[in-house]
Amino acid sequence: MTTATKASLHTVKGRPQLFTSYAREMSIFNTRVKRNWVIAGIIAMAIIPFFLQRDMVALLTTVLIFAIGGIGLNVLTGYAGQVSLGQAFFMGVGAYTAAVLGGEAQGKVIGLGLDMVIWLPLAGLVPALVAFVLAPLAARVRGLYLAILTLGLVFIGEHIFKEAKPITGGAGVGRAPAEPVFLGFDLFSNHTILGYRIDRFTVFYVACLVIFLVMAFGARNFVRSRFGRNFAAVRDRDVAAEVMGVSLLRTKTLAFTVSSFYAGISGALLSIVIGRISPETWNIFLSIDFLAVVFIGGLATISGSIMGAVFVVMLPKLVNTITGFIPGFGGIGEGGLLNVFELQSIIFGLLIILFLILEPRGLYGLWLRLRNYFKAWPFSY
Amino acid sequence: MEDLISSLVRGLGLGGLYALLGVSFVIIYRATGVINFATPALMILGAFFTGSFGNAIGLPFWLSVLLGMAVMAVIGMIIERIALRPMVGRPAFSAATVTVGIFIILLIVAGRLIGSELLTVNDPFGLSTVDVFGARLFTVDIARLVIALVAIGIVGLFLARSRTGLAMRATAFDQETSLAQGINVGRMFGLSWGIAAAMAALAGALLTAGSSGVETTVALVALKALPVIILGGLDSIKGSVIAGLIIGVAESLTRTYQPVYAPWLGANFDVIVPYLIMIVVLMVRPYGLFGTKEVVRV
Repeated sequence: MTTATKASLHTVKGRPQLFTSYAREMSIFNTRVKRNWVIAGIIAMAIIPFFLQRDMVALLTTVLIFAIGGIGLNVLTGYAGQVSLGQAFFMGVGAYTAAVLGGEAQGKVIGLGLDMVIWLPLAGLVPALVAFVLAPLAARVRGLYLAILTLGLVFIGEHIFKEAKPITGGAGVGRAPAEPVFLGFDLFSNHTILGYRIDRFTVFYVACLVIFLVMAFGARNFVRSRFGRNFAAVRDRDVAAEVMGVSLLRTKTLAFTVSSFYAGISGALLSIVIGRISPETWNIFLSIDFLAVVFIGGLATISGSIMGAVFVVMLPKLVNTITGFIPGFGGIGEGGLLNVFELQSIIFGLLIILFLILEPRGLYGLWLRLRNYFKAWPFSY
Repeated sequence: MEDLISSLVRGLGLGGLYALLGVSFVIIYRATGVINFATPALMILGAFFTGSFGNAIGLPFWLSVLLGMAVMAVIGMIIERIALRPMVGRPAFSAATVTVGIFIILLIVAGRLIGSELLTVNDPFGLSTVDVFGARLFTVDIARLVIALVAIGIVGLFLARSRTGLAMRATAFDQETSLAQGINVGRMFGLSWGIAAAMAALAGALLTAGSSGVETTVALVALKALPVIILGGLDSIKGSVIAGLIIGVAESLTRTYQPVYAPWLGANFDVIVPYLIMIVVLMVRPYGLFGTKEVVRV
């Protein structure tokens, strides 16, 4: 890089929207405000568990894990335009890879008890490999055909999970997940650090936060690279992309592989939060949850996926809290108009529909509107 | 031999159901270009309404089926008007995701309506059997096949011969030109949803008939119609009938012979046979047996 281009990477003072080079515009933090907000957000995420109850910390951990899987699906669906209902299958593959490598052997169930340094990358790589093998098949079909194909994958996967008893424990029985022991340091037990006692949920939250940050920044960096722009070209007009020299097969294969890597990591971590995993966990409804993360959060935005994950994971808790005040709803039995679980699902379905109809850009779109309103304030009309 | 005949007939009965559901998918796909993932929920709701007319009011089976279909047709049209009409002109996968949302909502509603008891539809078939060539056949399987074929035949005739059917086909062919010819395209969308929901309801009633009762989760059976329409071609009614029968028979034969000859494939392997067939079809012939080959233009 010459000094001239280096100099052009600097912003002009007082003109944050003026980009004097393409590289500057494409950089992760293309404005200073964005960078400051992200740093503030990371600090907030790092200190928040120390002020919360244990169950809330566990819920926030689930948010981070859903965000990882959601980002993965968004790379495939939002950026590369391939709608997949197969996320649950790849999460299952990741979870069982982790469980076999990092879990304990019980009876006939295999478990090697290896360290997290080994099982965590492999929990991503093995699903990625499976996706790589399946990708030529998926790359042949477009649009809704792919959604149907991946739906079939979930059902076939569920059958395989139920039958592969030495790996999964079999239907209805399940097995223990991987042990999150990182270089001998147990990430799921209480620790005393510098005289501070930190409970195991917080320890695991922090571990997930680190993994989440690495993967989120990795994805953000990836989608602005050459490959990410290939994805967008394929999504917007696949034939035109191919005419311009973007290989459809290679691009779709890459999107599938990367997405499944994220799904695998997410599945492995989720299995630890759940505690005991049965083959029925990785069903079509889990896939729908992740589709909701992507669509409610906003297609083709990383920050949108994070918002979507917060929303999807927190919704049941929110509904629970609110229904406490409304008669006729609530309760867990047959009485009343609807019980809590039914109400949660209905609101969930309703929100998917409402977001798609009213704000297709999702929560990210709402945020943009809000931002633009205050940007031009008091002349925002 | 008796095994073969009885499992063939059971497969044809199952295939009739799949064909009905396949037609339900195809009609909506042709009109609006959307795969309706809410079909399983429409099916189970249809079975519920049929059951209510039969059990609670005590109407004869055929009348309660017709009423159940009518109720579901109205519900289908309402859903189209509220949730799908605003999605016209938007990407097909967004509209398909809307139907996923509808699926979740309707499934919960159906679960609530059905409650914790098993759902039955007060059908005359029960577990009665007839003997043909020494093989014991369930009446309900024959009834499923015959009723499904008749219903699909009526829909096919309606599409081919009636004025409204012609308008529907025109809409499926080219929406803008149809508008220019004075066809109310929106109404055609609604009508497609109505017919599709009625077909799903009939499938639900026939699925529940001849069983000792079903739960809400049986709704996921309807997703097996997706392999059917992939095999038959997404836009072909004839294709979904033939593919439905093929897949129904394949599933039934697997159920009879796989535990004997290939037990290593595991219990309930027949459940995933449709999906395996679908994957093979997608590899060999992605537009199905009778589907229109997609012409891609820049």
